[in-house]
Amino acid sequence: MLSRRDFAKSTAGFGLGLGLALPFISSAKAASPKVVVIGGGYGGATAAKYIRLFSKNSIAVTLIEPNKNIISCPVSNLVISGDKTMTDITLDYTKLVKNHGIDMIHDEVQALDVAKKTIALKGGQTLSYDKCVLSPGIDFTFDKIENLAALNQAGKVLHAWKAGTETIALRQQLEAMEDGGVFAIAIPLAPYRCPPGPYERASMVASYFKRHKPKSKVIIIDENPDITSKAALFKQAWAKNYAGMIDYRPNLKLEAVDGLTMKFAIDENVKATVLNVLPEMSAAKLARQAGLATVNNRWCGVNYLTFQSLQSPDVHVIGDSMLPAPAMAKSGHMASSQAKIVAAAIVSMAQGQAVNPNPILINTCYSYVSEKEAIHVASVHGWVEADKTIKILPNASGVSANLDESEFAYAESWAKNIWQDSFG
Amino acid sequence: MSYKIIALLVGLLGNIALGLGFTHDLLADDLKGASLAATCAQCHGTQGQAEPTTKFPKLAGMDKDYFLARMKEFRDSQTKPENVTIMHQIAKGFSDDQIGTLATYFASQK
Repeated sequence: MLSRRDFAKSTAGFGLGLGLALPFISSAKAASPKVVVIGGGYGGATAAKYIRLFSKNSIAVTLIEPNKNIISCPVSNLVISGDKTMTDITLDYTKLVKNHGIDMIHDEVQALDVAKKTIALKGGQTLSYDKCVLSPGIDFTFDKIENLAALNQAGKVLHAWKAGTETIALRQQLEAMEDGGVFAIAIPLAPYRCPPGPYERASMVASYFKRHKPKSKVIIIDENPDITSKAALFKQAWAKNYAGMIDYRPNLKLEAVDGLTMKFAIDENVKATVLNVLPEMSAAKLARQAGLATVNNRWCGVNYLTFQSLQSPDVHVIGDSMLPAPAMAKSGHMASSQAKIVAAAIVSMAQGQAVNPNPILINTCYSYVSEKEAIHVASVHGWVEADKTIKILPNASGVSANLDESEFAYAESWAKNIWQDSFG
Repeated sequence: MSYKIIALLVGLLGNIALGLGFTHDLLADDLKGASLAATCAQCHGTQGQAEPTTKFPKLAGMDKDYFLARMKEFRDSQTKPENVTIMHQIAKGFSDDQIGTLATYFASQK
């Protein structure tokens, strides 16, 4: 007799009509695919929730995430500036599990075997899946900058690019700094997680300095040729609020760190009092070890209609591990948008229906530029059949008209609603 | 019997079964509205239920004609409308048909 897996293999080449057969000849329960979501961030939590919502709770979902708490990267720069506390950005999975009947496992994934379709957990358990949604986030490549790994390990040079202990530690370094000190932040070449994030951080540290340590300076060392997101607005905010305080140096690649001194190929060394280096980023190790990072062993290539891995179509890769389509930012909002496309695709596939040929994704990203101002970038992305990819739809994008204080409240509202939408 | 023949037979059975699978067709219709509306949810709350203390309007239960009129006004505006910061940018990504689907979906939510 054919197993389900053999059946799927045997029918793979015969088109939709055959694929349709499966749900209706099996019992309701057997027709439901076994779905496992790896990673409980904006991407994974949203995927788990929306598979439950879109299937009207008919598809069981297991969500694997090592941490019991979610510490939000969005808004974490306000903890660094002292305007918010860790409590303000810490959430948990209680509502997600209770409201949607998600089977939550707090454990670490040790290996994803895409050939056997199994997931081995650190705790010893092995799960099998019909469909896996992989949203493991990023890992850092420390060794591109000499000495960075050791200095980060020692807690001296932080990235604070995964909100958590480093966020607290960076705040403490800034608090301990004497007035007249220098905060320096180094930014890697795009793509990296949260394009405007480094400039937001520089702005918020400057905002803290202006209020509490006005003789201090902020130096931005950017390997990119210009600010990678909302450039004109950030420059406007810096000129208005922090003239003489922020020193922006584009096209500058950090080669080495020696204590708190940054070294470059040609330019003079820069010594900081608090040094914040964002290392080069890649898809999480788990995704790379599973053989899914198709691009320079760094990012996971996908079919953008369904986010199915190019290496393994039963794994849907979303969020920051994925090779982005043009102008697709590595943001929590975008990961959440991808998660919803995947949730709809998995539900359609489980019912033998065609997937939505015209998916829409929105990205909205607010950046705080002072303790009372925020700016946004927004875009609507859709499938372009001619190019077989997702692109920004004509005219459907834009940034804030100016530095509008009302956008600060919108930024706060955005956080509350996306937290509910992803984790509630 | 080869897999190919088994697959063809099973496929035929499945297509017969599909004709009876009306509950799944209903789900597909629901999915169209629900998945499009989900694109609004990061700012306006899951199924249009914005958190009560936020600045984003609750879309759940919004009058259909009002929703259609506002979205088309946002979409067709050449300049930034008064008191609007972002929707004139986002609305430009939606067709008449999609705006209609959204209006129907949100009006049907409580």
